[in-house]
Amino acid sequence: MKTFYWQVKREFWENRGGFLWAPIVTGVVFLVLNVMAIVAAEVMSARHGIQIGGNNFRELIEKASDGDLAQVGAALDMTMLSSMGLITIVLGFVVFFYCLGSLYDDRRDRSVLFWKSLPLSNTGTVLSKVASAVVLAPAIAVVVGIAVGLLQLVIFSLVLSFHGINMWELLTLAHPLRAVASLLSSIPVYALWAAPAVGWLMLCSAWARSKPFLWAVAAPVVAGLMVTWFGIMGVFNETAVWFWSNIVARSLLSVFPGSHFALDRHSFRSMSGDLGDAHNPLALLSPAQTYAVLGSPNLWIGVAAAVAMIAAAIWFRRVRDDS
Amino acid sequence: MNAIVSASGLRKRYKNTTALDGVDFRIESGRIVGLIGPNGAGKTTALKAILGLTDFEGKLDVLGFDPRTQRDRLMEQVCFIADVAVLPRWIRVSEAVDFVANVHPRFDRAKCEAFLARTKLTPNQRVKQMSKGMIVQLHLALVMAIDARLLVLDEPTLGLDILYRKQFYQSLLEDYFDENKTIIVTTHQVEEIEHILTDLMFIRDGKIVLDADMDSVGERFAEVMVGADKADAARRMKPLDERQVFGKSIFLFDGADRATLEAMGEVRRPSVSDLFVATMKGTYA
Repeated sequence: MKTFYWQVKREFWENRGGFLWAPIVTGVVFLVLNVMAIVAAEVMSARHGIQIGGNNFRELIEKASDGDLAQVGAALDMTMLSSMGLITIVLGFVVFFYCLGSLYDDRRDRSVLFWKSLPLSNTGTVLSKVASAVVLAPAIAVVVGIAVGLLQLVIFSLVLSFHGINMWELLTLAHPLRAVASLLSSIPVYALWAAPAVGWLMLCSAWARSKPFLWAVAAPVVAGLMVTWFGIMGVFNETAVWFWSNIVARSLLSVFPGSHFALDRHSFRSMSGDLGDAHNPLALLSPAQTYAVLGSPNLWIGVAAAVAMIAAAIWFRRVRDDS
Repeated sequence: MNAIVSASGLRKRYKNTTALDGVDFRIESGRIVGLIGPNGAGKTTALKAILGLTDFEGKLDVLGFDPRTQRDRLMEQVCFIADVAVLPRWIRVSEAVDFVANVHPRFDRAKCEAFLARTKLTPNQRVKQMSKGMIVQLHLALVMAIDARLLVLDEPTLGLDILYRKQFYQSLLEDYFDENKTIIVTTHQVEEIEHILTDLMFIRDGKIVLDADMDSVGERFAEVMVGADKADAARRMKPLDERQVFGKSIFLFDGADRATLEAMGEVRRPSVSDLFVATMKGTYA
């Protein structure tokens, strides 16, 4: 267990740039852009003598009904989560390229010989990399996303408070704790959903003698094109669409958090009902929503495929000998 | 039974070449074995087989383990340094020490830090900022702090300047080696290690062509410097090799009678490199 902890730590050291700095930089850039937009808006409105909010806005809030307040809260939640959206996309890229390089880069620079000179099992090594991809990286991204989101919320509230709106009153309308809980609880679902892509990318990484990216992307895409072609020829019916969304996309795009909304029909089933809930963006991220995908065979078949591919990656890690 | 490594019928084929062709050898505890051969002779393959880094046919026993199946346990007792610069470029000195200290049960952190204190390496330095010599110093500090029974060195000093090379072998001898440890080393810089070797193994085309300890090498092989008048007589004794120096001929004999040789001229113990060149004659032809 201690060894495993240090192996994951080792992954963090090696990939500090992707795991830690990429989300932080994304978040900071996002905040800076927001501040710039706010400043620009303020300057513009001052120049043209337009009063944003002001007393009118004040009155608006006082006269607002519960439903309207919920809308304001939803808007604030949206503000808070918007940074997470961007960080999520960055996380997808980080995990994608991390997996592709995880079992290839050290073979290329021959440092694999150093790691293999230590009493570490190949299984432990590969699993520590899987854990880094599906738990460590998203966990860091979520923590950074939460911090940025809260900062964002505070910045907006501060700005509005200059326009005579009570900041604390406003903050109570948002649901920061609920957002934090939802985001944290989505990590295990992400891990399961991303597993087949992680498994496939790591398998390519362990197997390829060169250019793992090309193999990882070309193999499923070419297979997809073949299936489509046979589909056009009338050999298979309807398989092409199925193949693209269940094989190609699952093996490459599942590393992007939230991709199950797009790729799994199950996930959207209960959504329309929930969204009536004041159109709150948090409804989309609520555990009830994210965990709905656990009922989808798509997820579990993916996990099973991932287990097989990771086992194959371990085997290749042992036998690949290209020094 | 005191064998650290024993191999019999070791065989390994790559697609179109035979790297090891039915090799048998035994390496005893407390020895420093030089495994020496031309490029492509199978040295590295033999070491990789010992380290469980490659598959092979035949029987191989390293410290009582089969390197193919019991690699994880074997590596607790075996260390190796493959040719320089295999430390990952991103790692810092402190990270490398931390990591090895926490995953290797036989690592002595204090010892490692003592070795590092003698170098110019600083804890925050990354491998990519180091010269080749410094990388080897770091690697050696890590390896020497591990209480392993077998140390395998594959061209450890390749590309280092002479100061680093001398220091490398000196540290190994003074601070590391003892009768419980065994070292297997391959190198092309034979002259630099011949005085530290206890055993010599020549490998050529996947076969062991010489396997002897240094004492018996001294008894078996002799070099005689012979004047032009006696050169023909010497040639009739079928020398392994002949070369000319200052108008005299130097002959290298395998197992020739000492008294006869001494009658012909000055007898010396041949250097390992001369012996090597004579043994490997025609390898690349």
